[in-house]
Amino acid sequence: MIKKGEWVQIHDIVLKPEERSPHLPEDTKKVPLEMWVKGFLNSDADLGDMVEITTITGRKVKGTLVEVNPTFKYGFGETFVPEVLKIGIDLRKIVGGGLNE
Amino acid sequence: MSNDMSFNAVMGRKNEIMKKAVGIDYENYEFSGIGFDYERMMRETGYSLQEVQDVQRASGVGNTPLIELKNLTALARKFAPKGKGARIFVKDESCNPSGSFKDRRASISAHNAKVKGYKGIAAATSGNYGAAVASQAAMKNLKCIIVQECYDSRKVGQPEILEKDRKCECYGAEVIQLTVGPELFYAYLRILEETGYFNASLYTPFGVVGIETLGYEVAMQCREMLGKDPDAVIVTHAGGGNVTGTARGLIKAGASDTEVIGASVDLSGLHMASDRDFNRKSFTTGHTGFGIPFATWPDRSDVPRSAARPLRYLDRYVTIKQGEVFYITEALAQLEGLERGPAGNTSLTAAFALAQEMDEDKVIVVQETEYTGAGKHILPQLSFARENGIEIKFGNPDDEVPGESIILPEHPSLIKARDVDLNKLKNSYIKNCVKNNDVEIATDDDVKFLMEDTKSDKQFVLNSLNNLNVRVY
Repeated sequence: MIKKGEWVQIHDIVLKPEERSPHLPEDTKKVPLEMWVKGFLNSDADLGDMVEITTITGRKVKGTLVEVNPTFKYGFGETFVPEVLKIGIDLRKIVGGGLNE
Repeated sequence: MSNDMSFNAVMGRKNEIMKKAVGIDYENYEFSGIGFDYERMMRETGYSLQEVQDVQRASGVGNTPLIELKNLTALARKFAPKGKGARIFVKDESCNPSGSFKDRRASISAHNAKVKGYKGIAAATSGNYGAAVASQAAMKNLKCIIVQECYDSRKVGQPEILEKDRKCECYGAEVIQLTVGPELFYAYLRILEETGYFNASLYTPFGVVGIETLGYEVAMQCREMLGKDPDAVIVTHAGGGNVTGTARGLIKAGASDTEVIGASVDLSGLHMASDRDFNRKSFTTGHTGFGIPFATWPDRSDVPRSAARPLRYLDRYVTIKQGEVFYITEALAQLEGLERGPAGNTSLTAAFALAQEMDEDKVIVVQETEYTGAGKHILPQLSFARENGIEIKFGNPDDEVPGESIILPEHPSLIKARDVDLNKLKNSYIKNCVKNNDVEIATDDDVKFLMEDTKSDKQFVLNSLNNLNVRVY
């Protein structure tokens, strides 16, 4: 049970595929326009329930409860790309003595 | 009474919603045929250079340092013909409160929203502009909503956009995240209608006059440091505001001989509304997917008449490749000790190539940098590309295929600026003017407007209209 007042994220379908703009590439046409918004939960609920939240600006928005205390999931990449190292090594070699060379 | 919220109904209320949300009656500036009174619109609805300077000084925006990139200049000279290799300078716009030149634009919109009594301010943007609006809103105690195109249908988000979500929320804004699609505009109109907030569009006069100080400062700083105006200023081009505002600022400073060059990342072949292509590009703006369509039809924007009109000011327009921008971004860190971008380094990359065409006593100014960090940095950008199946390798950047590969130049001498035929874009713009206004006859006022709006002579416009079977009298 997730308590009223907790900081959560909800999900909603804004437009179903058939409601979307007619001017779309084929791949986008097949999928809905989806939305995620964060806010404070307005009544006790479980994940997956249809709920109402109050956003930080005070708007009331309805959607499916998908996450509690959502955090930010990105950083400097899961895979290090070693090619980057070569750039600096090459450049310093080319520039050599620097300005007054 | 509740409004019909269907797609067609909301889109049908577009003009009415926008009029309330920006407070400008664009009808006042329309001519009967193709044209409108651009300068009068800018004068009457925007703010003067002096007012903009005052607003920006009060909100910590602008007066950023102009830095000479001596090591990058030295590197460029190694590959330039004898006597060539202009001095490269960069305006370090990352010193603005939220880390990019976009604060200049946001500061005027936020000021205007506050003065006109709006309770909040909104923007539809996935980029630095959202952070700028959120930051300026925080300073002025305005509520703020940012609507982002963020995820593909797998809920995989561009790391740079996820960082912007974080940054906006940390300034106290509400962020609405959407999947790919132009109907973001529909969702945005609903928000404007529901909240009554001010629309901090990038395309109103407010969004453009804020950048005039940037061009003005560049001219003044060059005069102080070098005793002359810059020979060229290079601007990353997407929606056209950056080019327009910078060029107008240079003109207001009297730097009328300075060449204004636009630069975009070449993303040809990728569809901007494609769910699949969305995460196969490493640049969310500053690319040809915006640069070309906004040049050939600026009034595609969210307001009836865009204040951002790039063809009015561009002397030259070049493209560069994603791999080249990544390379120069790393060069900026490794040779100049400046960790910035990468997206903001689009014009720097072009400047590195163009400097090699110019005499070594000439000065080329790159008019922006942007902050970097988690999500934005070259490391997460390349990591994300590789995870999404993009081939990353060293080679000749000419072989790069957007959405398939990122080719890091095997050697810095391979970095090139590729010219876009501006006359072709101008003809295409005139064609769109004729088509979208459904005219068969053009008046003298129309011809004069098109001359100004394409920075062309009368003969060019007459030839173009003639080819479209439009009579002039």
